[in-house]
Amino acid sequence: MKIILCFNSQIIKKPLIAEVILETGALVNINKATIDITGGELIINVPDEDAKKVIKSFKSRGVDIITLEKPIVRTDEECIHCGVCISVCPTNVFRYEADGSVSMDHKECIQCGACITACPHNALKLSR
Amino acid sequence: MGKTVEEINQKIRDGSVHVVTAEEMTAIVETLGPEGAAKEVDVVTTGTFGAMCSSGAILNFGHADPPIKMQKLRLNDVEAYTGLAAVDAYIGATQVSESRGMEYGGGHVIEELVSGKSVVLRTTGSGTDCYPLKNVETMLTIEDLNQAIMINPRNAYQRYNAATNTSDQTMHTYMGPLLPDLGNVIYTGSGALSPLSNDPTYATIGMGTRIFLCGAQGYIIGEGTQHDPKNNMGTLMVKGNLKEMNSEFVKGASFHKYGTTLYVGLGIPIPILNEDIALCTGISDAEIKTEVLDYGVQRREKPVLGEVTYEELKSGCIEINGKEVRTSAISSLYVARKVAESLKDWVLKGEFMLTTPIEGLSTKPRVKPMRQTGGLLLVKDVMTAGIGTIKPDISIEEAAKRIIKGQFNHLPVVSDDGRLMGIITTWDVSKAVALAKRGRVEQIMTRKVVAVNPRDPIDIAARKLEQHNISALPVIDAKRKVIGIITSEDLSKLLTGGGHK
Ligand code: SF4
Ligand code: SF4
Repeated sequence: MKIILCFNSQIIKKPLIAEVILETGALVNINKATIDITGGELIINVPDEDAKKVIKSFKSRGVDIITLEKPIVRTDEECIHCGVCISVCPTNVFRYEADGSVSMDHKECIQCGACITACPHNALKLSR
Repeated sequence: MGKTVEEINQKIRDGSVHVVTAEEMTAIVETLGPEGAAKEVDVVTTGTFGAMCSSGAILNFGHADPPIKMQKLRLNDVEAYTGLAAVDAYIGATQVSESRGMEYGGGHVIEELVSGKSVVLRTTGSGTDCYPLKNVETMLTIEDLNQAIMINPRNAYQRYNAATNTSDQTMHTYMGPLLPDLGNVIYTGSGALSPLSNDPTYATIGMGTRIFLCGAQGYIIGEGTQHDPKNNMGTLMVKGNLKEMNSEFVKGASFHKYGTTLYVGLGIPIPILNEDIALCTGISDAEIKTEVLDYGVQRREKPVLGEVTYEELKSGCIEINGKEVRTSAISSLYVARKVAESLKDWVLKGEFMLTTPIEGLSTKPRVKPMRQTGGLLLVKDVMTAGIGTIKPDISIEEAAKRIIKGQFNHLPVVSDDGRLMGIITTWDVSKAVALAKRGRVEQIMTRKVVAVNPRDPIDIAARKLEQHNISALPVIDAKRKVIGIITSEDLSKLLTGGGHK
């Protein structure tokens, strides 16, 4: 499951991720990190079964959590099923079905944004 | 034993016609052979749905009171051409919005009209005795127009090359984003379902052929511009009534940092008059070849990196220069199939009659490049040749001395055999000196150097300088040997000195 972690500037210096990993023993994978003077934002991926305890552990350390059920959303009426998104996505979120339509597997998305600008019919958005 | 178009139309009228799509026909020809297939099948329907930039529509707005001769006209801030009488305009798919730029354009306006939405018309005229009004601003839907006729000068390429990119940066193209270092391949066209691939000699297709155009019944009005049959790249000019179209098959689109276009759904019914035509319509993806071109080279002639079939392209992955590269389409096979199915349905229901063309399409090649009388200035004509270079293991101090002595701002760093490895600028050196940094050139050089080839037109060099916000480019040959340098100063001198007109 994808989780967005929002740090404020007070706690950004602490090794929070390491602490959470040691405490929960969960396999945390960092997909994206942006940090500046006002704070930081990280997108992490954790196994579904560990999600609850990881979220609890971060919350207890003052980190705000947003869970990303669907990191990437498509307005289906706008999709023309071309497939440009398929070959630009680094994590193979999209694929052609036998009928030529383009299907997606949200779970794999790391919110890199490549498909958003690539889509010719403006069908894709990152969710928060 | 052959059939005639009239005999097939009789079958359509009495409901006994046998229609299949071009994809279904491939399997039928395989099992029954062309002779058997010709007996069995009367009509094969084809379809394509892809970005067709050379598309647009003629709109007639009716006369205002008092009348106006529309001279400048915008629809949702997209300019349309008005050099035709008073209240006619042609809106082209690739014209971009004056307020929203490349994200919205003529293609979107056409889609909005077809889907019944209202658009804002703003127009001005100079004011004359016949046409005293100078300004009109109004809201219109397609219902308010007298005529709205799609006229597309070049649609339905028989096949098109696939695109990839060997350069070190993403190219934003009309084929979508091409990732650096052979990051992906994008192709277009529906392969075995493609209209012209199913009748490559134009035996049944020509001026006057009735077709499926964006959900309406349209017509081929002749061969398209840049029609290139010798290279299997024939094109069509088509027309259809925008008022009868279905927005499922007309979609405005925008390609990031390229501009706007229109996705057009087009299908042609092929009457199976004899076994030769049956054989042609039996074509499969494996038999349709195209070339993979390198769009990293911004020239008219792009290097061919290999030949592939549509079967390979549709498999999702092809090999180029020993590397597995992911492929995907920019056209939509899913909607192309809907086009072919809808057309099949029309014929089966007796709503669509076949036609015999009144004139064939040319089979002679006629595509010429532009004649550029102004001449083309190349990097090699403008660059400074035989410039100083430096080796990576030289000390920074020594580099500083050479820069002062040579009075230049850029010093390419080269290997023992003269190949480009990096670049240092006066700025890099002064920074190192100011920070009292000791060491070798390779510690401070920029390794990712943007360079040009001597045969590149200077406009390519200018674009690179601008894109990367830099002031000079080393000029390298095919072996990456440094043979000169071109600076923004060289280029601006040309512009101000009037040397190049
Ligand atoms: S690029 Fe956009 S329109 Fe094309 S298949 Fe992907 S989501 Fe659909
Ligand atoms: S945002 Fe990036 S990772 Fe997510 S679907 Fe789009 S291309 Fe794939």
